[in-house]
Amino acid sequence: MSFYLVQFLSGLATAATLFLVSSGLTIVFGVTRIVNFAHGSFYMLGAYIGWSLAERIGSTPLGFWGGVLAAALAAGVLGAVMEVLLLRRLYRSPELFQLLATFGVVLVVQDVASWIWGPEDLLGRRAPGLRGSVEILDQVFPLYDLVLIALGPLVLAGLWLMFHRTRWGTLIRAATQDREMTAALGVEPGRLFTGVLFLGSALAGLGGALQVPREAINLGMDMGIVVEAFVVVVVGGMGSLMGAFVASLLIGQLQAFGILVFPEITLVLVFLFMAVVLVLRPYGLLGRAEEAPPTAASPGPPLSASTGIAAWAPLLLLALLALVPLFAGEYALIVLTELVILALFAASLHLLIGLGGLVSFGHAAYFGLGAYGAALLATSWAAPMPLALAGAPLLGGLGALIAGWFCVRRSGLYFAMLTLAFAQIAWSVTFQWYGVTGGDNGILGVWPDPWASGKTAFYLLTLGLCGGALFLLRRVAFAPFGYALRAGRDSPLRAEAVGIDVRRTQWFAFTLAGSAAGLAGGLYAFSKGSVFPTLMSVPTSVDALVMVLMGGVQTLAGPVVGAALFHLLRTEIMSLTDLWRLILGLVIIGLVLAFPKGVVGFARDLVQRGRAA
Amino acid sequence: MKRLEVSGLERSFGGVKAVRGVSFGLDAGELLALIGPNGAGKTTCFNLLNGQLRADAGSVRLDGTELVGLPPRRVWRLGVGRTFQITATFPTMTVAENVQTVLLSCRRRLSGLWRPAASFFREEAVALLDRVGMGAQADRPCGVLAYGDLKRVELAMALASDPKLLLMDEPTAGMAPNERLELMALTASLVRERGLAVLFTEHDMDVVFGHATRILVLDRGQVIAEGPPDAVRADPRVQAVYLGSAA
Repeated sequence: MSFYLVQFLSGLATAATLFLVSSGLTIVFGVTRIVNFAHGSFYMLGAYIGWSLAERIGSTPLGFWGGVLAAALAAGVLGAVMEVLLLRRLYRSPELFQLLATFGVVLVVQDVASWIWGPEDLLGRRAPGLRGSVEILDQVFPLYDLVLIALGPLVLAGLWLMFHRTRWGTLIRAATQDREMTAALGVEPGRLFTGVLFLGSALAGLGGALQVPREAINLGMDMGIVVEAFVVVVVGGMGSLMGAFVASLLIGQLQAFGILVFPEITLVLVFLFMAVVLVLRPYGLLGRAEEAPPTAASPGPPLSASTGIAAWAPLLLLALLALVPLFAGEYALIVLTELVILALFAASLHLLIGLGGLVSFGHAAYFGLGAYGAALLATSWAAPMPLALAGAPLLGGLGALIAGWFCVRRSGLYFAMLTLAFAQIAWSVTFQWYGVTGGDNGILGVWPDPWASGKTAFYLLTLGLCGGALFLLRRVAFAPFGYALRAGRDSPLRAEAVGIDVRRTQWFAFTLAGSAAGLAGGLYAFSKGSVFPTLMSVPTSVDALVMVLMGGVQTLAGPVVGAALFHLLRTEIMSLTDLWRLILGLVIIGLVLAFPKGVVGFARDLVQRGRAA
Repeated sequence: MKRLEVSGLERSFGGVKAVRGVSFGLDAGELLALIGPNGAGKTTCFNLLNGQLRADAGSVRLDGTELVGLPPRRVWRLGVGRTFQITATFPTMTVAENVQTVLLSCRRRLSGLWRPAASFFREEAVALLDRVGMGAQADRPCGVLAYGDLKRVELAMALASDPKLLLMDEPTAGMAPNERLELMALTASLVRERGLAVLFTEHDMDVVFGHATRILVLDRGQVIAEGPPDAVRADPRVQAVYLGSAA
């Protein structure tokens, strides 16, 4: 009995941290309507700054708690700076760009933090005066965690008072409900938003600084917490403070007790919980329906099938690529093989974003499923390569079939969050299921059959399979199904009113995209000879998004061009410096700010302007 | 049996009863106008008829088939076309592609993954567009059209499925006066040609009294008058609703 009580209390302590972080996230979302990936970065920065301060002045209670507060304030200031420099320019952008831009900040902060504090885990000082533990019904429980448990409701009360008893809080609530109206009443939105980012980021920083005595500070904290905070915010209802509180309590307990029942799949449990809540209560436990569902991307001009010489360009390119082995070396072939694979990966995501208006933040899941499927078939089952490669799109498609059934029930940001959740489920399964997937050791020794083991042979095989798949995707875009998909994106109301089952169309597109990504993943596994859980992680999903964004959402050639640009840039930069993430982050931010239509869209606009002049 | 029979239709939002026991019938070849002051429940009524909203009570029968409880796409398949108060078309497609998409849907060809959609039913789409006077603009993107033109594209899209009943929510809103009369004259001739039944809402009383064969007046969710234009015009209750009563 007492054991369960302690477990319950530790669930409460987890919940307190979760609430601190997710309250900030939900407040920022409520006012700015931006889902801030960088929120986790402020949590991490709070922890690192808190650690540094604790090392210097944390030996006395005053110094320790002063340091925690200072760390929170520092995180708040950084959040305000991000608002002024970046977010302010993005309030009217499609949500894809907002999500990507804040993810760019995540990458930048990771490299900067690694540069300042180093890549090693840091162990912090225990809080002075709270080092011991108390005995609760003959079980020991850390004293510090009791303080945390008390802190959650205290912060909730403080926030409630601020929102309901101060003028500024009232303005925030007004802006949460109707931004435009608030601005029309003469409230300067800029300063309000900067203030909100300060508050939200300070809460994240506070949550981070409070972790110093509890756990090792490391560079992976940001993604870990932000994904959990997403879950809390989505479960509680986006923008709802009370919802975040209730959801934190529920998820804290789910983790505390879930680890007793299913130690292997605690992560899965949390995401499954979120998926179930979203299907049953579409706007979260305490959330309200959005008046206007957020749009995915601004609609572009009609897709037009190229005519004349341009229609033959893809075939010409394929022929040229097939001739490359005649004069290129092995290294170039390896790079090209990967490039072709990534082009298919990006094009499969483009089917969802460009044609369906469905911004998936977890497309890596299906790439990874294909890779793991092929790898498992080839190693554990000793299947010949063709069979393993056939399994890849099947497994990717099957995964997408299951996840898609949930995801297409929601649109806009909720769709993005659901796809993210399913990718995290897939990731945590591969990460935690040691027996089958080898956990973070991955699966090694995935080599092609002898007939395809030469670099040239494998390159040509990849080119043939990916080229064929790309051709199919292109046919689909111009086929009636592509029209149905675009119709559902352009106007779900009209589509349903002319007999199109929008959800089923999107579900099928999701599955199709998943199997194409699966094929790409299978080829990737054989090209690398190994697979790791990172294939399914958020950064891989973001890589695909960046490729699509680089090339431009509105053209079919976009993702292919984007993948080529991205891969060549990455290969080139990684050979020059370790700061790839920093540079990628800056590239993402720059792209979002400078080329909202992507590189191909930008070039096409230039051409059209040239013609018009 | 009438083409459309509505009886005892009810729908409330929270505590507000938007539609209260609405009953009426509509025959093929009729152009029935549904009028009433703002907030009378006209659009709610429309949304109930095509399945956009689910009725709390009552029945809607099309040639005897019950429609209540069916989603919009099923209602459409049974022969109910619709245009919206704020036009809903597919802006990233060309005008012809918009109509072709409807034709493809109608003939259940939208799951095709191979043959280019552009090769399906192009002539038919252009013929429909010609009928509404949009043939010349068939290859322009829908997103750049003037509002009045969009209304006509929407009409062509609604006609593409060869509906038995056409629901038009403010078909001429946002159009210039001469355009309005043209569009209603076109609609009236379509009703005669195809034996269509049309139910429309409208704020412009010239349009209503000039073209409707019958008028249904709604106030606070209830039908307060029904009949040919002249009778409705003379009805004191209708005058009270529109002009304010002395009482």
